[in-house]
Amino acid sequence: MALDWTTVLSFLIDGLMLGFVFGVAAMGLTLIWGVMDVINLAHGPLIALAMFGVYLIMNFLGLSNPYPALLLTTLLALPVGMGIYYLAVHRVIDAPHLSSLLATYSVNMMLMGVMNAVFGGAPRNIDFSLGSITLFGNIVIPTARLVAALAAILIAAALYFFLYRTRVGRYIRAVTDNRDAAELVGVPSTTILALSFGLGVLLAAFAGGLIATIFPFTIFDGGRYELKSFVIGVLGGLGNPIGSLFGGLILGVIEGLVPMFLETSWTPVIEFGLFVFILLVRPTGLFGGKS
Amino acid sequence: MKFGKKTLWVMLVLLLVFALALAACGGKGEEAAPSGESSSTAETGGGTESGGATESGTESGAAEAKEVVLTIGFTESQTGKYNVSSGRQVKGLKLWLKHINEAGGIKLSDGTVVKFETVSYDDESSKDRVQELYTRLATEDDADFLISPYSSGLTAAAAVIAEQYGKVMITTGAASDSIYKQGYTQVFQIYTPASRYLTGAVDILQKVDPNLKKIAFVYEDSKFATSVVTAAKEYAESKGYEVVLFEGYAPDTTDFGPFINKIVGKGAEAILGGGHFQDGSTFARQLHEEGVPVKFVALLVAPPEPDFAELGDAAVGIVGPSQWEPQAQYTPEAANELGIEWFGPTSKEFVDAYVAEYGEEPSYHSAGGYAAGLILEKAIRAADSTDPAKVKDALDAMDVLIFFGRIKFETAPEAHGLQIGHEMVYVQWQKDDQGNLKKEVVWPEAGATAELLYPKP
Repeated sequence: MALDWTTVLSFLIDGLMLGFVFGVAAMGLTLIWGVMDVINLAHGPLIALAMFGVYLIMNFLGLSNPYPALLLTTLLALPVGMGIYYLAVHRVIDAPHLSSLLATYSVNMMLMGVMNAVFGGAPRNIDFSLGSITLFGNIVIPTARLVAALAAILIAAALYFFLYRTRVGRYIRAVTDNRDAAELVGVPSTTILALSFGLGVLLAAFAGGLIATIFPFTIFDGGRYELKSFVIGVLGGLGNPIGSLFGGLILGVIEGLVPMFLETSWTPVIEFGLFVFILLVRPTGLFGGKS
Repeated sequence: MKFGKKTLWVMLVLLLVFALALAACGGKGEEAAPSGESSSTAETGGGTESGGATESGTESGAAEAKEVVLTIGFTESQTGKYNVSSGRQVKGLKLWLKHINEAGGIKLSDGTVVKFETVSYDDESSKDRVQELYTRLATEDDADFLISPYSSGLTAAAAVIAEQYGKVMITTGAASDSIYKQGYTQVFQIYTPASRYLTGAVDILQKVDPNLKKIAFVYEDSKFATSVVTAAKEYAESKGYEVVLFEGYAPDTTDFGPFINKIVGKGAEAILGGGHFQDGSTFARQLHEEGVPVKFVALLVAPPEPDFAELGDAAVGIVGPSQWEPQAQYTPEAANELGIEWFGPTSKEFVDAYVAEYGEEPSYHSAGGYAAGLILEKAIRAADSTDPAKVKDALDAMDVLIFFGRIKFETAPEAHGLQIGHEMVYVQWQKDDQGNLKKEVVWPEAGATAELLYPKP
């Protein structure tokens, strides 16, 4: 294949743009893990639910572009996430990890069951197009993908600002560091935990909605992105949301470049190989975090 | 709560007894539907309910006019990725059923009147479900004849069952050649086999642009698509083309970006491939979004579907092989010229009836469904009997022209049941003078309704 720089750039740019979006999805997972030591196994179905949310809101309101629906879905995700926390997670937050795993997994099963009953397995597609942009004469970028990548960067920046420049963000970081100590100095830890879970779900929903603007989806697609989130989480450091964004970029680069040299079906093999390798060699992730 | 040991034993025994009682009652029960959403539907023209065992041979009234109700079993993909095409296939089959029962069934020479009913379930586009459900159709529901599900993958699973239980199965919506190389004797194919799906596309290229040399095959990693492109690749290479890319994608792929980049990187001038409706449509859409500069694109299954028009501009110029198109020129006169028999309605009659019944245009999947029923009817008439063995012999001997095309089955044991009479037509979406999308037949030239739009815009 012609290895000229426009070809390489095409592959790379495609991979990177998606990498940002996957990074946001992973941030949702790692935020929850970081703050409360809970692995949210309902992450996948929540992503899928957001995809359907955007689709349904668009159709219900007769919108011609999905972004208002995306905003609405994302805003709704916060109370939904907090609700899941209070109902399923709060009671087992201090129990051994297995309990919280089971709790979130049961939420996963319930969501999948309901979605299957309501939507079925058929693929859906959000029918809209923003056209495309051409760089350097022959690299074509569909505008919707570019918008998704930019939106992902924006929300990552917003999260960073929130965590490091606001009081509530400081509370979250305090609870992450040491929940008991935080409680002692007056931080309402339960509310903060619920808020953090809600934020994690919000991020997952935002990523899911963005993906829905680019690709067709089924209720089962959430699982695929959940898997990527785990890989990214490990790459970037579980518990380190900003590291997740970089982990997403790394994954994006892998997904972009591997098909240049191998058959595309090798990409997951390489991804998971890397996943296992990092777990063995540096379990705290490339950028550090909880192990 | 603490129980004494004795209490626990008593409870255990009671539980066992209760469970046994439940199992006994449940086993006798009607319609214990398989888990999941399967709906068993029975259409009758002649009156008996479906459900448990249905005997083929219910006497009615007068001693001379014996009425026989044959049960036709099949599954439909009401949910899952095949639901669009399967739905159309079943609509076609049900239209035939309506016609035959309205006409009073088939009258055999001994005065027996043969009517039909169906038993069907939702296979959820899943192979596992197909296996369970066809076994159920063959055993509990006592189907006399089977029609396949839609798609080669699901049909392969059903064919195993049909052969195992010795039920004649007419397959439609299933083109893969490999099903007929397994040594089966009960399975008969309506569709043109996969090996002849895209060879015509190569012929088109040869005719319209002899300078084009580089072809990329990007196809769904499924039984059907793989057999199509493997045969097409051989054919293309034998005609001197350079196959610059030959790569499969997972059936649930939604991101064709890497493939598109490879296609551009390797300088392909034509793309052949695709798979089924969903992935084919998504591929076409992304090809358009990324502005891929190829001159010719031929995709499987998706382009001939009327729903493909939803892609709008992305559909323009896309070519697709089709088992049948409404404009197809099969007529009783053509049968005369070929020296074979004509049977059944003309294309126009079929299309009009379908539109009247369903309010939509039929696709070739719809036509295939109707053709399956029609061929079964022809076989029963030719055999002058409902005996499955005689019907099978009639199918072996069949060589007939119907609205769908010529139907003739291979009888040699190494490929028994393969369709050898039928051929593909090629369609392309073009914009008419008002800017509306229209599906035109562009090949073979004898039956074409418009010239090929080349290169693809």
